[in-house]
Amino acid sequence: MLKDITIGQFFPGNSIIHRLDSRFKIILDIAYVVMLFVTSNFYGLALAGLFMILVYILSGVGLKLIFKSLRPILPLIAITCILNLFFIKGEGEPLVQWGFISIYYEGVSTSIFMAVRIMFLIIGMSLLTYTTSPIALTDAIERLLSPLKKLHFPVHELAMMMTIALRFIPTLIEETDKIMSAQKARGAELDTGGLIKKAKALVPVMIPLFVSAFKRANELALAMECRCYRGGEGRTRLKQLKSGARDYIALLIVAVMFVGLILLNNFIPSFMP
Amino acid sequence: MSDIICAEDIVFEYPVLDEDGNEIGKNRVLDGVSLSVPEGQFVAVLGHNGSGKSTLAKHFNGILLPTEGRVTIDGTDTTDEDKIYDIRQTVGMVFQNPDNQIVATIVEEDVAFALENIGVPPDEIRRRVDEALKTVDMYDYREHSPHQLSGGQKQRVAIAGIIAMRPRCIVMDEPTAMLDPKGRKEIMNTIKLLNREHGITVVLITHYMEEAAQADRVVVIDKGKILLDDIPQRIFAQVELLKSVGLDVPQTTELLYELRKAGIDAPDDILSEDDCADYIYSLLTKDGKL
Repeated sequence: MLKDITIGQFFPGNSIIHRLDSRFKIILDIAYVVMLFVTSNFYGLALAGLFMILVYILSGVGLKLIFKSLRPILPLIAITCILNLFFIKGEGEPLVQWGFISIYYEGVSTSIFMAVRIMFLIIGMSLLTYTTSPIALTDAIERLLSPLKKLHFPVHELAMMMTIALRFIPTLIEETDKIMSAQKARGAELDTGGLIKKAKALVPVMIPLFVSAFKRANELALAMECRCYRGGEGRTRLKQLKSGARDYIALLIVAVMFVGLILLNNFIPSFMP
Repeated sequence: MSDIICAEDIVFEYPVLDEDGNEIGKNRVLDGVSLSVPEGQFVAVLGHNGSGKSTLAKHFNGILLPTEGRVTIDGTDTTDEDKIYDIRQTVGMVFQNPDNQIVATIVEEDVAFALENIGVPPDEIRRRVDEALKTVDMYDYREHSPHQLSGGQKQRVAIAGIIAMRPRCIVMDEPTAMLDPKGRKEIMNTIKLLNREHGITVVLITHYMEEAAQADRVVVIDKGKILLDDIPQRIFAQVELLKSVGLDVPQTTELLYELRKAGIDAPDDILSEDDCADYIYSLLTKDGKL
């Protein structure tokens, strides 16, 4: 069950999207997210969605993944929908009036708008990790944040921590599965009971997991020291990040889309309250 | 040949604290160990749990510093802080659990880790990483993620990460303890290859007698002291002494020892399974029993 999580996973490939410079990919992804928040009508959203599907097709990771990446956040989407549905009051007559609950046209459209926006957000951000190796990603973050070094912000350390976290996620998931089986074998009931009982049942899983994580951290630190690790100072990299024509073309495409969205916003009146 | 590792009379102890953090005594893990390892040798260090063998290993690249005595690596004292990274490049170290030594999420990135730390230029890193991966026969897996590999493969990646630094000596702290028999065999073959073909000095900390039997020299440690230090044949001839400090002997030695106890004049310096089988065969045919 723990192995089904696809967020943050990397699917190796050789598509044009995979080959884009990871620094550009991060910037473009941020631009995409900003676009989603700037757009105030369904036309803009549709344009963003179309663009995203096109990029997914180009990346060749498969459209099935879109649904997979959405699964874990479905509850969040549902809550957003419900809140918007019930709490937004429109000006006209309510569509439904039942006791103290009243649903307006504005509520329905806003909740759909919000749901679609969150879905596009997650789908778009997932594509970044699907097509970018964790190493390239942390490298890019390190490079993009490097101006902060002047303010004594530990950029390299942050990137190193991310690398190690990514490296140990599968190891720790495997270990959690093992500990759960071991505790079940001793009669622990992990799957039964209400939420509180379930949470309490996790304690005997979490404690051994933490102990082992600290042990691992200690050994890893030792192994890193043995391999002459001494922070980011004077470090070289096996793979250099290189930007080329395709990265600038991608930047241009996204910039054009951005302008398009702002035009759409201005020419088609917003319905948002 | 010159000595690459030279430990002179080293003592290592750490304070024992009570619950309030007051020192109530000292725990002496190493008690006057002197050991020198000539370049190119394959030394196995044997000892049961808590004998101090891992602690000794950690002295060989300055991870731990001796309380008394001194350790020199190729003439450099390990307490010399300016040279600590030279020492760690000269003496690489591989640990027991391969999972806890791999830093990166891609095999080749991990092998490159040490070289990146030292500041080797990218082209040179590429060359050395490929070379190291080919040496341990993991080149085809260079773009895999470590968690897709078996234990033996992961440990070979960890070894590649060390040999990419081109150390002259590798200290291995029970590198096979967490592996299945197949993985153990892979690692032993890799170790022998590194020692015989590449001339790298190997210090193998182990509690598997079969592994120690393949070394040029065996050092037995008990209670922080060196008990025996000799070639494997002569070490394993001392079956009773080994058993008295909680160690086993290889199965071949055990068999011949039992035969001797039963009154047969069996030799005590046979180690390999083939030699042992030959001897048993000659013994059986000589008596006309076959």
